[in-house]
Amino acid sequence: MDSLALGADLEPEPVVDEHSTVTLFVNGEETTLTVDHRATVLETLRERFGLTGAKKGCDHGQCGACTVLVDGRRINSCLLLAVTQDGATVTTVEGLADGESLHPVQQAFVERDALQCGFCTPGQICSAVGMLREAADGHPSHVTPPDTETGPVALDADEIRERMSGNLCRCGAYPRIVEAIEDVIE
Amino acid sequence: MKPFGYARPASTDEAVRLCAAGPGARFLGGGTNLVDLMKLGVETPRILIDVSGLPLDRVTRTADGGLSIGATVRNSDLASHPDVTEDYPALSQALLAGASGQLRNAATTGGNLLQRTRCRYFQDVSKPCNKRLPGSGCPALEGTHRDLAILGHSPECVATNPSDMAVALAALDATVLLVGPEGERAVPLTEFHRLPGENPDQDTVIRPGELITEVVLPPPVPGAASRYRKARDRASFAFALVSVAATLRVAAGRVEHATLAFGGVAHRPWRARRAEAELRDAPATPAAFQHALIAELAEARPLRDNAFKVDLARRLALDVLGELTERQQARTG
Repeated sequence: MDSLALGADLEPEPVVDEHSTVTLFVNGEETTLTVDHRATVLETLRERFGLTGAKKGCDHGQCGACTVLVDGRRINSCLLLAVTQDGATVTTVEGLADGESLHPVQQAFVERDALQCGFCTPGQICSAVGMLREAADGHPSHVTPPDTETGPVALDADEIRERMSGNLCRCGAYPRIVEAIEDVIE
Repeated sequence: MKPFGYARPASTDEAVRLCAAGPGARFLGGGTNLVDLMKLGVETPRILIDVSGLPLDRVTRTADGGLSIGATVRNSDLASHPDVTEDYPALSQALLAGASGQLRNAATTGGNLLQRTRCRYFQDVSKPCNKRLPGSGCPALEGTHRDLAILGHSPECVATNPSDMAVALAALDATVLLVGPEGERAVPLTEFHRLPGENPDQDTVIRPGELITEVVLPPPVPGAASRYRKARDRASFAFALVSVAATLRVAAGRVEHATLAFGGVAHRPWRARRAEAELRDAPATPAAFQHALIAELAEARPLRDNAFKVDLARRLALDVLGELTERQQARTG
């Protein structure tokens, strides 16, 4: 009885909706779906869309294997809640190719054999695509000399390594990854 | 992760109202730290108030020639903004020294200021931590603390503030604008984060339900140069062991103006007021800089495994002040 009396004193838990409906434009296709608020964009892509290119590596934003492009910007999809992305345009590694022809970054990774196990590759490629856009838009990096003229930033190997530091490769394929990206720039 | 509600307010007023409506509400910006802490079980909000879409995403000049930075401006956009790269280069350098390209694209100005320490005991719910669970103890005192505080810590907490951006903002005399249930107020950046004392669960002086709306920078000091440098265990994508932000103006071989702040050494960005007082009107020489830095770091109380930070802080700051002096002399001939 005591516990019941105690319970009666407590305020009722407010009813909180734990799901929401969002519309996502994934690789050019519009989809409306209801998501658990806890679901990340990564989990939604993999489990609801069947797009398993983006990988769950560390799941804490430290490895970059989950990198996708959201509204054209590279981002860690493991830290992005799907509910926050209503109306967003998401491009995954599956959406980069133009029909049968690979995206230039994908083609360069193939030609340079810029991978070993391949687990980090979709994240590396999406990150490189986003990174090249950032440099073209004139975004400086930690290694860009402060007195650099404004405008597109020329990317040497140091710039590429710094700008790609959010993508880890456990196999250590970094030299080929840098070469592949250099090929795209040329 | 525990289930939670979600709301996306259209205005700051609505955001504040929603947050005040019930316990367990948290504001969500880019989510790069909060979502991570929710996965770890450190944060268990009942409802997230998503403020990332509020119209606080502008960088604008203020009437007096300063800069207003909206709370939802992304770190990457702020770092590459021409007003920042030209007039406040140390801020751009600090932002670009932090995290990774992907994280900077998500992280917001307000969220960056409210990110929690990366002390491993704080992030591990199986361990005691006075910051996470007041009164439970601090294993870092005797445990792994190589990257933790040397200044301003207490027996209750030796955590460090992990932000690079905040260190530059401290040296640039920024002000944080807040709005809450009781209205608006402005807090100097250097007073926004607190020292741990006996209640390390409070990182900042922010009150329940208050939202950061803007960070305001005063006009750049005419003729002064600024710089941010960071020492870390690897070349990129790592938190600071020690970082330094400084502004300096030298004329006729003497220091006319100097501000100096350290990162990675304390529970808040460490504004080096004692060193600044020593530097004022001092000759702009390595010996005078050494003297000022030694005076500042005399109060350091390193832990068993982080005494190296005292020397590192002194040498890094000496290097930065030397570099800024050279640039000034090159400019003025």
